Amino acid sequence: MNTKSPSIRIFAFFISAMTLLSISRIFADTNDLTSRGTMAAAFGLAVPIGLAGLGGLWSERAGIVNIGLEGMMILGTFGAGWAGWQWGPWAGVLGAVTFGMLGALLFAIVTVSFGVDQIIAGTAINILGLGLAQFLAKLAFSNAPGGGQSQSPPVKGLLPSVTIDFIADPLNTLQQKGWFVISDLAGMFSGLFYHLSYLTILTVILFVLTGWTLWRTSFGLRLRSAGESPSAAETLGVNVIRYKYIAVIISGSLAGLAGAYLAIVGTNVYRGGQTAGRGYIGLATMIFGNWRPMGTGIGATVFGYIDTLQLRDNANIRGLVLFGALVLIALAFLGLRSGVRATSLAFLIIGSALVGGFLASTNMAPEVAQVAPYVTTLLVLATASQRLRPPATAGMAYRKGESH
Amino acid sequence: MNRQKILNSLAAPLLAVAFSLVVVTIILFAFGSNVFEVFNAMAVYGTSPRSLTLMLNLATTYYISAVAVAIGFKMNLFNIGVNGQYMLGGMCAAAVAGSLNLPGVVAIPITIFVAIAVGAAWAGVAAWLKSARGVSEVISTIMLNFIALGLISYTIIRTNVGRPAALNVRGTEIIPPNGRMVGWNLLSPSIKVYGFIIVAILIGVLYWFVLNRTVFGYDLRASGLSASAASASGVNSKRMVVITMLISGGIAGMVGLPDLLGNDPYSYTLNFPSGYGFTGIAIALLGRNNPIGIAFGAILWAFLDVSSQILDIENVPREIVTIMQGVIVLAVVVAYELVRRNRVKSEQQNVGEALAQKESSAS
Repeated sequence: MNTKSPSIRIFAFFISAMTLLSISRIFADTNDLTSRGTMAAAFGLAVPIGLAGLGGLWSERAGIVNIGLEGMMILGTFGAGWAGWQWGPWAGVLGAVTFGMLGALLFAIVTVSFGVDQIIAGTAINILGLGLAQFLAKLAFSNAPGGGQSQSPPVKGLLPSVTIDFIADPLNTLQQKGWFVISDLAGMFSGLFYHLSYLTILTVILFVLTGWTLWRTSFGLRLRSAGESPSAAETLGVNVIRYKYIAVIISGSLAGLAGAYLAIVGTNVYRGGQTAGRGYIGLATMIFGNWRPMGTGIGATVFGYIDTLQLRDNANIRGLVLFGALVLIALAFLGLRSGVRATSLAFLIIGSALVGGFLASTNMAPEVAQVAPYVTTLLVLATASQRLRPPATAGMAYRKGESH
Repeated sequence: MNRQKILNSLAAPLLAVAFSLVVVTIILFAFGSNVFEVFNAMAVYGTSPRSLTLMLNLATTYYISAVAVAIGFKMNLFNIGVNGQYMLGGMCAAAVAGSLNLPGVVAIPITIFVAIAVGAAWAGVAAWLKSARGVSEVISTIMLNFIALGLISYTIIRTNVGRPAALNVRGTEIIPPNGRMVGWNLLSPSIKVYGFIIVAILIGVLYWFVLNRTVFGYDLRASGLSASAASASGVNSKRMVVITMLISGGIAGMVGLPDLLGNDPYSYTLNFPSGYGFTGIAIALLGRNNPIGIAFGAILWAFLDVSSQILDIENVPREIVTIMQGVIVLAVVVAYELVRRNRVKSEQQNVGEALAQKESSAS
């Protein structure tokens, strides 16, 4: 890749990825791989993952590693179910954000003020969040009509969603033609305008807003300086502790919002175990996205897409495997040109093995899609860890006035 | 001096437990429960012979898990992957044990060996990623946990390793009576104490011995205290990371065995208990990575878990205990941090005073 402008590069990557996806669709003979339904579901599932990733990004940018996202998200699902059941979906969103923030506040007190190990505190928040949500759910929902020990009554009403027919429908027709690349792009964009929840739109706005706030305002610069070099920031008069608090609390509110999406849009109820480790996938997307909103968003979309394929027609899994194989092989050739031999060779071998698996089997297990996001993250970490650049002091405790 | 030290190290965990009791009392009070009645019910139910047996059995599992975590902690390695390591190790061990038809003296060691090997291998992936690629073990082990879950459900649902093992659940082939671990009706005639408790104790002794009486243990602790100082004195830090991670994973591999070899259905099913790895983290913290401390922590945790079973009948959600456990972990790390800060401060003051005295006597 010797193109200079980043937006051209991203566009080139996008078109290449869609081409490979299209090839996979044709060879796996499954039109559903890029159908409107699949794409719409993928964008939906990308939302909670992306919000969790964005939450992780905020807190890590200020130097606090937030493993507790999962716990805050669980608190969010409870808050959404509890408030949404009584006062409607928007109240549910508010409830979720509040509960996520409360979890984050506790996390901030122990990590920022007391400076305890962030990984340990995050683990504790995950234990505590789960316990609190289950405890409160039993108290609140056991005797409520339509509720149960680990399930809330349905949220009162639905969050509005938008379908732009005059875009979504013609594109959907185009998708069904099965044309190379064009139909796949059509399916993707059709899915984008089909049953689009307000929360999804809000999420996109939050991503843009995050990028703008953190990289284009002095507030963002200060917040990031608290994560890159807190003592230097302090000498310039930045109240590092306060910025860390703000970052962690925003992080928690985003995790809570992720919980709100699961409980309000995803299912319409709070249910125990609803988050299913999405807080951790969110963390993975943040790493995948190199601690940047754009990358995190792309990562969340990819992982949401993979997540969707588990739930749909089984033939899609074969398509996914072929797609993964083609991506690896393509990366291997790119790598050979720029001289990273060992990694390229490994990619080539894994990719070829996957192609072999694809050819040898007519049916593939959904577990492949289940583990794919995690394997992808490990591959990214193993091969690109030199290119990843986490905030310099992420994970380290900071005390005011400690360095002289 | 020594006594003072012991008292000091006990103070933080005891304070944390006391603090969590206060928090739980407030929560229960706020939701209108009779606090005294709740604690009383837990105490009565939790000290019945049956409950005590269950507690010992659960503590056995927790102990092994916590030691696996603790050995990593000793050199600042955070093995969050104990969960995946024990589940994968347990499944493979169960599959092998189910297929063996040998006398117990042969079959059980083979089973344990498989569990250790698989657990170590799974941790080995994280070890390789860290030493060769510089990938944080925290992230890689989280990912490996999920991959392990996928591998397990694939193996049990879709390969012929899995079969209907218990009521409506698929699992590995049921382990023949020869391959099971003995148990004893020590406390209750109806329920046995796992024989694996002996193995857990051995693990604890070995852990203490390796850490405190061997060169390797010395290097390990040195690396944990100061990686740069250790490598300056000739410790190969990458090698230490790999070996420690492998040992941690190997121990983690055994976490599922007490249940697997000592309890129905003697098969690794899709309902096999999960989450022991995270419990291990909490207990290792509470016990300050000390083999005796961990034992107390494991017993406390197991007691809370077992005695909470009565609470649902008392109309109090038993998850109050999970809350209590979460609070204990948070409180104990905060307490350790405060104690550490205090110590550093008083050391600095002592040094300052000593220097000031020297200066004034010199002038």
